[in-house]
Amino acid sequence: MSARRIFTAPARLAAIPPYVWMVLFFLVPFGFVLKISLSQTAIAQPPYLPVFSLSEGIAGLKASFIALSLDNFRLLVSDNLYLASYLRSVLVAVVSTLILLAVGYPIAYGMARLPRRWQGIAMMLVIVPFWTSFLIRIYAWINILQHDGLLNKVLLALHVVSTPIVWLSTDSAMYLGIVYSYLPFMILPLYATLAKQDPSLIEAAADLGVSRIDAFWLVTVPLSLRGVGAGALLCFIPIMGEFVIPDLLAGSNSLMIGQTLWLEFFTNKDWPVASATAIVLLGLLLIPLLVYDRLQRRQLEAR
Amino acid sequence: MAVHPLRLSRFNVTSLVLGLAFLYLPIVILVIYSFNASRLVTVWGGWSTRWYTEFFNDRAMLDAAWMSLRVGVVSATLATLLGTLAAIALTRGAGFRGRMLMSGMLYAPLVMPEVITGLSLLLLFVALDAGRGFVTVTIAHTTLTMCFVAVVVQSRLAGIDRSLEEAAMDLGRDPLRAFIAVTLPLIWPAIAAGWMLAFTLSLDDLVIASFTTGPGSATLPIRIYSEVRLGVKPEINAICTLIVGFIAVVIVLASLVSKLSSARGESAAPL
Repeated sequence: MSARRIFTAPARLAAIPPYVWMVLFFLVPFGFVLKISLSQTAIAQPPYLPVFSLSEGIAGLKASFIALSLDNFRLLVSDNLYLASYLRSVLVAVVSTLILLAVGYPIAYGMARLPRRWQGIAMMLVIVPFWTSFLIRIYAWINILQHDGLLNKVLLALHVVSTPIVWLSTDSAMYLGIVYSYLPFMILPLYATLAKQDPSLIEAAADLGVSRIDAFWLVTVPLSLRGVGAGALLCFIPIMGEFVIPDLLAGSNSLMIGQTLWLEFFTNKDWPVASATAIVLLGLLLIPLLVYDRLQRRQLEAR
Repeated sequence: MAVHPLRLSRFNVTSLVLGLAFLYLPIVILVIYSFNASRLVTVWGGWSTRWYTEFFNDRAMLDAAWMSLRVGVVSATLATLLGTLAAIALTRGAGFRGRMLMSGMLYAPLVMPEVITGLSLLLLFVALDAGRGFVTVTIAHTTLTMCFVAVVVQSRLAGIDRSLEEAAMDLGRDPLRAFIAVTLPLIWPAIAAGWMLAFTLSLDDLVIASFTTGPGSATLPIRIYSEVRLGVKPEINAICTLIVGFIAVVIVLASLVSKLSSARGESAAPL
């Protein structure tokens, strides 16, 4: 019997429960988001119109379909609040990803240079914080960054500053929180490509008279671009929709899109606008995914 | 194994030490301050466990913790079942119809912003007129965490030598039994690790739970979040330390289980 045919039929049966679950609780809900993004806000339960119901027959359904409109999307484009939120999200995600690269690369590079038996331990040490609660890690920083917190105390004691600096409710605190939370996501893909690199390439470069630093930029970095792409993607996409970190660490004068969505939903109870916001955000997130896909394909073709 | 030919430079060592310090120092500081006797979070008033006592007398917090544990255990178990099945289907069910859609649906939630996942599930529950609470949060967490389980189990399954299973089948086992007798013990550590990952992710989630829960059934992160928004409180330090300690125990258990089973799996392999 060929290896390919082993277990194929029962494996197909195994697909059914997770398949049904994901269609029901992942795919179908997006249909509802799309439908409600085309509905109108109403003071009712649920707070939107029209509500599709079969009780009024085909005519009722037809009327419901006609009542759908693109008004919410028009609002998103015309109101500066939303535009500003989207722009801020893109900006924060780009800047954070760049900082994460700058911070994560040296760490991943150091890990890849460790003796083999230490590499596993280093990897565990990077993964463990990912297991501890996200909220707790942000809270730990609030402890440190608050007005009379540890950071200001240390800075005052070292006479770096003469008065305490306001850290909380600033963009610096938010960037710090994002970098802290997403660092493992950046380090691991980078480490995976760097650890696979053949060290003899660097030796060959050295034999040809290339300095160590030049060899790093000419050999190591270009060969690790696949890890850079994966790490950047893994960080960029969730940061775009981030809610908790900007909410707890940044000021409230400019919001990221995740915060705006949250506000529309929980505070303003405007579910249709919140849904439209989500649809546009999803569309925006497809762009980096498609770019990554295109780049990977080009790399494969080049081989 | 060959000795690594490239030596660590001073730069490598510095970046490793600084990087790990950056990852761990805030949590260490949090743990230390949870034993602070002073009500002022930033003034050190000697060692004390009063904030732990305070937590164990806080009815609302305890209810939330109990809710989180229940959701975590049930959703992690469901997610492990579904995620493992999905991993088997993706690695062994060569080219079944809708395989692309399946892997797409499994990978998308890994990077999907939580606000979107939470919103879409809530809209589904509202449309179904389902009462929000334990059941809805559990469904939501199962949906998210089964994807992580699937990835963990799939990577283990992909690395397993199929000739063992073939041998079992040559000896007259049907494919399903050969799988259960040979491969299942080998992927057991990954399944256990998947469960623990699903459990900690569920325990950690704030955004999706906020969307999918109803009044009166707040999870622990929801309670902590509403307290944190009001400012730092020493009791929160104590709760966070308890969670960190709890998760540390789970991680140690996970690595023990994986060591034990892989040792056993290797001795069982010649069968």
